[in-house]
Amino acid sequence: MNSSSILSAITFVYGLAGFLYIFAWVFKKPGVGRAGTGAAIIGLAGNTAGIILRWVESYKLGIGHAPLSNLYESLIFFAWTMVLIYLFIERKYANRIIGAFTTPLAFLALAYASLSPNIDDRIQPLIPALKSNWLIAHVITCFVGYGAFAVAFGISFMYLIKHRDPEGKSTLLSRFPRVNVLDELNHQLVMFGFLFLSAGIITGAVWANSAWGRYWGWDPKETWSLITWFIYATLLHARMMRGWHGKRIAYLSIAGFAAVLFTYFGVNYLPGLHSYQMG
Amino acid sequence: MSTKEISADASHFRLWEFFASIRLTIVLLLTLAATSIVGTLIPQNEDPAAYVQTFGPALYRLLSTLGLFDMYHSGWFRFLLFLLASNIVVCSIDRLKAIWQIVFVKIPAFKIARFRRLPQKEEFHDDRSPAQLQDLYAAFIARRFRYSRVEETDEGFAVFGEKGRLTRLGVYVVHLSVVVLLFGGLVSSFFGIEGFVNIPEGEAVQDIRLRNTNDTLRLDFAIRCDDFSVSFYDSGAPKEFRSKLTILKEGQPIFQKDIIVNDPLRYAGINIFQSSYGEVPPNEVKLEFTSQATGKVYSKQAFIGQEVVIPDNLGTFVLKNFERSASFKGHNIGEAFVGVLTSGDGNSTKVTLPLRFPSFDKMRRGRVAIALAGYTPRYYTGLQVTKDPSVGVVYAGFIMIILGCYITFFTSHQQLCVEIIPAGQKSRIMVAGTANKNKVGMQRKVAQMAEELAKLG
Repeated sequence: MNSSSILSAITFVYGLAGFLYIFAWVFKKPGVGRAGTGAAIIGLAGNTAGIILRWVESYKLGIGHAPLSNLYESLIFFAWTMVLIYLFIERKYANRIIGAFTTPLAFLALAYASLSPNIDDRIQPLIPALKSNWLIAHVITCFVGYGAFAVAFGISFMYLIKHRDPEGKSTLLSRFPRVNVLDELNHQLVMFGFLFLSAGIITGAVWANSAWGRYWGWDPKETWSLITWFIYATLLHARMMRGWHGKRIAYLSIAGFAAVLFTYFGVNYLPGLHSYQMG
Repeated sequence: MSTKEISADASHFRLWEFFASIRLTIVLLLTLAATSIVGTLIPQNEDPAAYVQTFGPALYRLLSTLGLFDMYHSGWFRFLLFLLASNIVVCSIDRLKAIWQIVFVKIPAFKIARFRRLPQKEEFHDDRSPAQLQDLYAAFIARRFRYSRVEETDEGFAVFGEKGRLTRLGVYVVHLSVVVLLFGGLVSSFFGIEGFVNIPEGEAVQDIRLRNTNDTLRLDFAIRCDDFSVSFYDSGAPKEFRSKLTILKEGQPIFQKDIIVNDPLRYAGINIFQSSYGEVPPNEVKLEFTSQATGKVYSKQAFIGQEVVIPDNLGTFVLKNFERSASFKGHNIGEAFVGVLTSGDGNSTKVTLPLRFPSFDKMRRGRVAIALAGYTPRYYTGLQVTKDPSVGVVYAGFIMIILGCYITFFTSHQQLCVEIIPAGQKSRIMVAGTANKNKVGMQRKVAQMAEELAKLG
C-alpha cells in the first residue's frame, strides 16, 4: 500500500466526517456528531501517516525530499492543516456544528488532489529551483495560514446564516454558537492566519532572494499573496480600530479566502511570466 | 490672533486628522488590493510591439499613459504607497502620545474603583483574616505578574499585579516595519542593480546588461566561467545546473566558487546567480588529415584561430569560425566549421566542414582531405547579477513584522486586582482583571486565578 492509495482512502474518511457532522447538526443527533469527530481524528491520523509515508517513499526512490513540492502534495498538506485547526477549535469551543462547515473543505481538497486528472500524484524529483530548505519553511507557513483562513471562511459562512436569526428560533440554528462567539472566532483565526501568511510571504521572499537575487518581483503569485494580505489587513484594522463586527467582518473574511484560493489556483490561469510548478 | 492664522491652523489640523484616520487606512488597503489585480492581468514589462499587437494602438496608448505596463513602478502606484506610509506614520505619532504615558511610567496607577466597576468579577470568602492572607496573596501575585504591590483601600487592602505593559508597543513595531519595508523598496529601486550576462565556458566578461533599461554596466571585476555542467533525472527533468566561476581582478584570479540554483556567489556586494544556460559554437575540434598520396591519416586537435601544421609538408590549416548555417556553392549545408588550408606553395583554399557530413571535404579531391572527427559541445552559463543594498534593511523589517504581529495579536497588557475586605474575623475577596486585548481570554484567566487563590493554604 503506498501513500497515494492511503490518501485516496482518507478522502472518503473526511467525506464521511463531513457527512456525519452535517447529519448530527440537521437531525440533532449528538452521538452521530461524536462519530464525526472520530472520523475526523482517524482521517487526520491517516493524513499524517500518508504524508510521512510519502516522505519515506521519496527517500526509497533516491530522490528524498519533504512532500511539499507540487500541487498534489500541497493539497494534502492543506487538508491536514484545515482538519488539525478545526479539531483544535472543536475541542476548545465544544461545538461540532462548525465541523459541518469546515471538514467538507478538507474533503474537497483531498478529492481534488486524488481524483482530478490534471494532478499528478507521482513523487517527482526536485527541480533545481525547489532545492532549498526555504521550500519547507515557505510551504508550511503558507498552508498553516491558509488552513486558518479556510476555517475562518466556514465560520463566516455560519455567521451569515446565524445573524438573520440570532435567537435561534429556527431549530436548525438553535445549537449554533452564539453570533458573538462566531465573530470572535473568525477574528482569532484571521489573526493567526495573518501571522502565518506574513511569515509565508517573508520566507518566500528570502527564498526568492537566494534563488534569483531579488526578494520581490511583482510576479503574479507574489502580487496575489500581497492582495490577500491587504484584504486581511483591512479586516484587522476595521475590527480593531473601527469596531466593525459581524456581517461586514464575515464578508471581508470570505473575500480574503477567495483571494487565498485565487493565489493558490487562479494565478496559473493568468497570462505571462512563470509559475513555480507549485500550483 | 487673526482669523487667517486660525484658519491655517484649522487646515493643518484637518490635514493631520485626514492622515490620522483609520478610514483612510481602510480605503488605501482596499485600493491597493484592487489596483494590484490589474498588473497581474496585464503581463508587465513586455515588448511594446507585443502590447500593440494584443491591445491595438489606441488602447495601447491609453494603457501606456496610465502606466499599466509597469504599474508597480508607476507614479500613481508609488503615490498610493507613499500615502500609506504617511498614514502609518501619522497614525502612530497620533496614538503613541497616549500610549507612551501608559507604557513608560515608573509606578503604574491602579484605581480600585475601576476594578470594582468591571461587569465580571469573581468573589469568594475565606475563613482566615485579611492579615493572614495578605502575604500569601502578595506572593502569589508577585510570582505571576512582573509588577505588583499592596495598597490600602477604603474597605481593606488590595494586591495589584500588572504585566505586559510593553506589549502595547507591538502594533508600532508592525507599523514601523511596514515603513522600513517601503523604505527598503525605495532604496532598492534607486541603488539596486539587476542585470544578466551570458558567459561561454572558458571566457571572462566584465560587462553585464541591465534588465530594465538594457544598458550595459561595467563591473570592477571580471567573471570567468571555467566550466558549466547540467545533469538530468531519468524523467528528463533538470537535476542540477552548475557553473564553476572565477572572479578576476586585473586578470588575476582572486575568488572561485561553484554556483548552483539557490546557492549564489557573493563578492563585493554583488550577487551572481545561476539562471539559465545554452549552447555556444564549439571552439575546439578533432580533425583527421588524410594524405591523398600515401593514405596516411593524421589526427590533430584544432582551436579556432590557431594554425595546425600538417605533417608530410601538406601545408597548414587554420580553423576560422563556426557557422550556424553555412552555404556551399549556394546550398545550405547547416552547421559547419570553416577553415583555410594553405598548401606548401602558398595557395589558400577555403575548407568547409559540415557537422552532418564529417567527410565532406573528400569531394574537394585535394592533396589532403580534412575530416571532422569530433568536437566538444560548449555551453554558456546564463547568470543573473544583482546588487541590492536594501537587503539588510528589508530583512530587519521582516523580523520586526513577525515579532510585532505576534506581540500585537497574542499578548496583552494585563492588570489584576485582588481586594481583601474584612468580614468579621473572616475575609471577603474580590478578584477582577482587565486586558487591552482578548478580553474574553482575560476573563477566563481571572476566574482561574480566583479558583487558585481560594485553594491557597
